[in-house]
Amino acid sequence: MLNEDLQAIKEICIEIGEKHILPIRAELDEENKFPREIMNIMAQSDLFTIYIPEEYGGTGMGSMALAVATEELSRYCGGVAVSYAANALGAMPILLMGSEEQKKKYLPQLASGEKLCAFALTEPEAGSDAGGVKTRAIKDGDHYILNGTKQWITNGGEAQIYTVIALTDPERGARGASAFIVEEGTPGFNYGKKENKMGIRASATRELIFEDCRIPAENLISREGFGFMVAMKTLDNSRPGVAAQAVGIAQGALDEALKYSNERKQFGVKINSFQGLQFMLADMGTQIEAARALTYTAAGLIDSGAKNFNKVSAMAKVFASDVAMKVTTDAVQILGGYGYMKEYPVEKMMRDAKITQIYEGTNQIQRSVIAKAMIKEAHRK
Amino acid sequence: MKFVVAVKQVPDTAEVRIDPERGTLIRDGVPSIMNPFDTYALEEAMKWRDELGGVVTVITMGPPQAESVLKEAISMGADDAILISDRAFAGADTWATSHTLAAAVAELGDVDAVFFGKQAIDGDTAQTGPSVAASLDWPQITFVGKVRELNKDSIIAERYVETGMQVVQTELPVVLTILKDANVPRVPSLRGKMKSRKVQIPVWKLSDLGLTEAETGLNGSPTKVVVTATPEARTGGQIHEGSTEELVSRLADLLLGEGGEA
Repeated sequence: MLNEDLQAIKEICIEIGEKHILPIRAELDEENKFPREIMNIMAQSDLFTIYIPEEYGGTGMGSMALAVATEELSRYCGGVAVSYAANALGAMPILLMGSEEQKKKYLPQLASGEKLCAFALTEPEAGSDAGGVKTRAIKDGDHYILNGTKQWITNGGEAQIYTVIALTDPERGARGASAFIVEEGTPGFNYGKKENKMGIRASATRELIFEDCRIPAENLISREGFGFMVAMKTLDNSRPGVAAQAVGIAQGALDEALKYSNERKQFGVKINSFQGLQFMLADMGTQIEAARALTYTAAGLIDSGAKNFNKVSAMAKVFASDVAMKVTTDAVQILGGYGYMKEYPVEKMMRDAKITQIYEGTNQIQRSVIAKAMIKEAHRK
Repeated sequence: MKFVVAVKQVPDTAEVRIDPERGTLIRDGVPSIMNPFDTYALEEAMKWRDELGGVVTVITMGPPQAESVLKEAISMGADDAILISDRAFAGADTWATSHTLAAAVAELGDVDAVFFGKQAIDGDTAQTGPSVAASLDWPQITFVGKVRELNKDSIIAERYVETGMQVVQTELPVVLTILKDANVPRVPSLRGKMKSRKVQIPVWKLSDLGLTEAETGLNGSPTKVVVTATPEARTGGQIHEGSTEELVSRLADLLLGEGGEA
């Protein structure tokens, strides 16, 4: 089903997964350790080029390619995969709304993997309600001065380039938000605490603290007041990535369940000969295929240049993440007591799956987005 | 720098079986892969190319389908590749193979180093690398676990041998055979894979190498295989069950009963 380019991406991810992720994923999880070496290998294999256009040092292969890579990597480790995919999320504001100068300056370094990237929207009081952002950016001559704290930033402390949403006009709420590029090492920009998470523990999740952090005015993305739009567009584009992550985690869990149930014997026979278990496997496989199809549809829609894809993109994220939670839970069930133990990978997959229902817009918010889009479509006719 | 890596397409031995009647390999349905040791040779050559500049050319002698290992090498980052393929080369032993490969290296010209894997997993002779060096009358360093220094004139490398480690220095050009201790081969890159799909790999024939039929293939091979035999398949071991005490005494009986000395 995949064309030659996508097949090539898949093969590379399998090779990285088998050789470099599988042997250490339990250790990365246990030790809450960022997979720096794996990121270097991904860079060498051109995986950071696929979402960056050729004119900026990428291979310009688009959302579908990113989804295939994220899915395949997630089959091995959801935490490693999100550390990869979060780079695309961080680069998205520049890709979508950045100036030519910003693209020329930043995208080639991201395509080569020389620098990692992160997107910073969430704050203690601004999660689903992105309008609740408190971080301020005050214009001061040819600079902006940033003050505030970002929370739960994926790749925080590991990335060198951050796209940050801050208020330039607090009176106007969400319409007073703007997007900025902040580089690591800028005075006044520091990292706060690193989170100790339930799952995707290989990924770094950290606070970003801005205290009178002066950044050049040319680091404003698009225009003042467009920050909320930049953020929403970014998330619409990245949701198929979360969906792909969910599909991959689910597939990894199903693979383990199929393997185990073909080896484990009870009552003198392999447990996969029991119909009760066969029905579980059948449902898991069917749900994964459906989630994958919806994910590829959303990614394909983005690549086709469609303008309105936020509904399908949200549907893919909701459906695939709910499937991932269900399938990984069932995989633990199939492995029984062993599934609950850390010696087997499925309990980690179950922990990893949970976040896909929460981040980049909770599934409840996504359902609102879907319903609103549907209602709007229905009444436009 | 101009580096050549000689690779071999081999059957994946994890999958291979032997026809017990005829004593030959059953190659049907067995996937072909790049000889695993050659991946370390390729990585070592590319590592030094990346540091010093230059090109890595991969060569293989084999049937037309051996092109796939050359494409694999290109997807991993080799610059170009040459397939050395002619009916006249068929049935070559290590002598004739080395003679042919050496002719190809000479034809390429100005080569600084030729990298081989320490041996191929199908023949296990470990002769081809050294024999190419002899054919070219170049120095050779075999069983290289680490290349310490390499520049346009000379090389210092560590040989890992049974008695320990030897540090060897010689002038270029040189032939090396590489151990898996030397490096971790890189994963193919996306651009490499895209390039390998499009690349046209030149095929060098007997006439391109200035060799004669008498020097190559079966004609040029002094080795005659008289007979090949398959070792008898191992029978399954015995499984005994019982308490530790019972098992220890039964094991002792068995060992002593079979003439063993406690």
